[in-house]
Amino acid sequence: MKSYLKYFLNKFGWFAITFVFAFLLNFILPRLMPGDPVAAIVARFAQGMSNTSGVQAIYEQYTELFGTDKPLLEQFFIYVRNVVRGDFGFSFSQYPRTVADVIRTSIWWTIALQFPAIIVGWIIGNTLGALAAYLKGGFDKILMPVSIFVSNFPAFGMAIILMVIFGVNLKWFPTSGGYGFDLIPNFSWDFIKSVIIHYQLPFWSIVIIAIGGQAIGMRSMSIYELNADYVKYSRFMGIKDSKIVGYVFRNAMLPQVTGLALSVGTMVGGALVAEIVFSYPGLGTTLLRAVLGQDYPLISASTLIITVMVLLANFIIEILYGFIDPRIKAAQSD
Amino acid sequence: MKHTIQQVFRSGKFVLGFSIFSAILLIVIFYPMFVKDSPLAILGQGTFFPPGIYVNVYDSMSSTAYTLNLPDAAAKRVANKLSEEDRLSIKEWLVAAGIPESEIDTTDTAKLLGQWSANFDPKKSIPGMTNARRNYFIRLNTSLKGLLSTEGATISQTNPETNELEQVDTVNQKDYVNVGEVANTRILLLGTDNFGRDILTELVAATRVSLQIGFVAGLIATLIGLTLGLLAGYIGGLIDDIIMFVTNLFTVIPTFVLLILISFSIGQEQRGAFTIAVVIGLTSWVWTARAVRSQVISLRNRDHVNLSKLSGHSIVHIILNDILPYIASYVIMALILQISSGILAEAGLSILGLGPRTTEVPTLGLMMNWAMIYQAHILGNWWAYLPVLVTIALITFSMNLMNTGLDQVFNPALRD
Repeated sequence: MKSYLKYFLNKFGWFAITFVFAFLLNFILPRLMPGDPVAAIVARFAQGMSNTSGVQAIYEQYTELFGTDKPLLEQFFIYVRNVVRGDFGFSFSQYPRTVADVIRTSIWWTIALQFPAIIVGWIIGNTLGALAAYLKGGFDKILMPVSIFVSNFPAFGMAIILMVIFGVNLKWFPTSGGYGFDLIPNFSWDFIKSVIIHYQLPFWSIVIIAIGGQAIGMRSMSIYELNADYVKYSRFMGIKDSKIVGYVFRNAMLPQVTGLALSVGTMVGGALVAEIVFSYPGLGTTLLRAVLGQDYPLISASTLIITVMVLLANFIIEILYGFIDPRIKAAQSD
Repeated sequence: MKHTIQQVFRSGKFVLGFSIFSAILLIVIFYPMFVKDSPLAILGQGTFFPPGIYVNVYDSMSSTAYTLNLPDAAAKRVANKLSEEDRLSIKEWLVAAGIPESEIDTTDTAKLLGQWSANFDPKKSIPGMTNARRNYFIRLNTSLKGLLSTEGATISQTNPETNELEQVDTVNQKDYVNVGEVANTRILLLGTDNFGRDILTELVAATRVSLQIGFVAGLIATLIGLTLGLLAGYIGGLIDDIIMFVTNLFTVIPTFVLLILISFSIGQEQRGAFTIAVVIGLTSWVWTARAVRSQVISLRNRDHVNLSKLSGHSIVHIILNDILPYIASYVIMALILQISSGILAEAGLSILGLGPRTTEVPTLGLMMNWAMIYQAHILGNWWAYLPVLVTIALITFSMNLMNTGLDQVFNPALRD
């Protein structure tokens, strides 16, 4: 167990360092923007306000919130303090809601949509990829080109196509939103049913994209393993094919788990854009609104939250990987 | 070298991908030579004109009229004018008037109109029908009579001297003009977009810009990745540690988030297509660096490299002559992938509204963005988004096919 602890601490150390670095980038990049961000924000915010003292008050409030009149280092500490308190200020585009409030309502939609979709896509994709490698022939000949095509298809494109076919033409599913526009979120059966119906199209568009990429990866890993010497040796030994296949796929699986950890960021990025297509009330749509409304605090907070989510997902996968990788287990017995 | 190329072109996947990609390239190069319009010129007044041949009505009035006796012309004319809504309304009235529903076929125009003229009675009151609805049916009846008339239309002009309308010409229902004789016709193969621009011309220009963005981004990413990978792999030690530290950081931090932050920080005015390409390139070198490093490490202690070292060659010489040739195939494959993912990254950014600024050049992502903002997908204006999607898919698909083909040539374990 000692060496697993070491593995865990190592991964956790990396997680912490990456987090600090991502946090720094999130702080510095928007501040490299030429000009005074607060002035730009206030100019937008105060549009239509004729009261100059009101504009002045807003300006001072935001200068204080972001501390833009202070040196960069001090600004950083102000930022850290605000983030720790969960205080990201007001959202400009959705005033008088606070950024924390906007994020709080949208983040669960994103988590509930993306993580199941990515995991389901990963499982189906790996199964199909392994089958293609093992069965070869016609199945492989059909699955591979389809997978290559699908995995290169942009996520938003898949979303649009599913939406046009099943939403606009067949009218099986609604085309936008997370629940019926005539409903107020509550725990009634009507609401839950509406959420489930609205869930289908965004969910499957993410799943299908994930399937393609995973199937290709799993297929080549499985082919590589199937041609390995230990497989030939096992065959000479007369070990049953089903047992060999079990070993092969366990070995081919391991890089796929790491692959998932490394590609989770890309997948989330694509899925965020897919959310936009369906106006799903998650972080993707929030981000779009923030960009359209030049809502700087909301963009900064959304990107920070997305980064943290991806880093956490990564960390969790790495930790699970430590349990299933025999090499790390073997190191434990050393 | 020659042998390798021969082998590459024997791979079916590579050839297919290469042909698709070359076809796209050829269209992008040759189309602007024939159609010299500016891709962002606004032609149409209004949004989303459907694809087709547009014939100038004024010019066709003054063109020579040919009389053609086509038997089904009248039926076609009526069928074309009668909207789906009108047909359903006719059916509704007929059902209310007591005709069995099974005898009514809304797709058979002649039969439907026959039933209508035989049964419609404006004075008949149908229980439950509002007065407004009854008036609607009377209007419908009048317009149907207009449709069924066989008289021609009169063309009149205002006489500038007397200020009175004078008959200039009449157009008979059997008059035809030859499209070739009409002075002004315009073929809009893919219709117009939300701003009234010719989508085909715009799409070709957008494809060119997107390919350029992908190419610049891919080149930058590959160059950075290659340099860092070579340095880390060959020199090792502290440099390797530092480079790997940075690489590991950027592997986990989602590229998409970085792209959003940087693009937003640059601001709308500074965001040209080239800037976006550079930003994409600067954020996507990580994979190349990792892969090149691991390949170089496996090459570093080969005999021929050691021999080169003993012969006193410089590091640059060794890298160029003893290491690069071994990883060249890999680097080319990575470049192809980077180009295609660069095009996708631009599209994703543009959909978020963070793409290149919109006044200069179209890109595939911007065209998607416009179509989405104007709800083309919900309104059923497929010509505004589907060709763009197909183009993006064809580019990335062809590049990945080439890549898979190359992979199978250079990596024999993957061969079928």
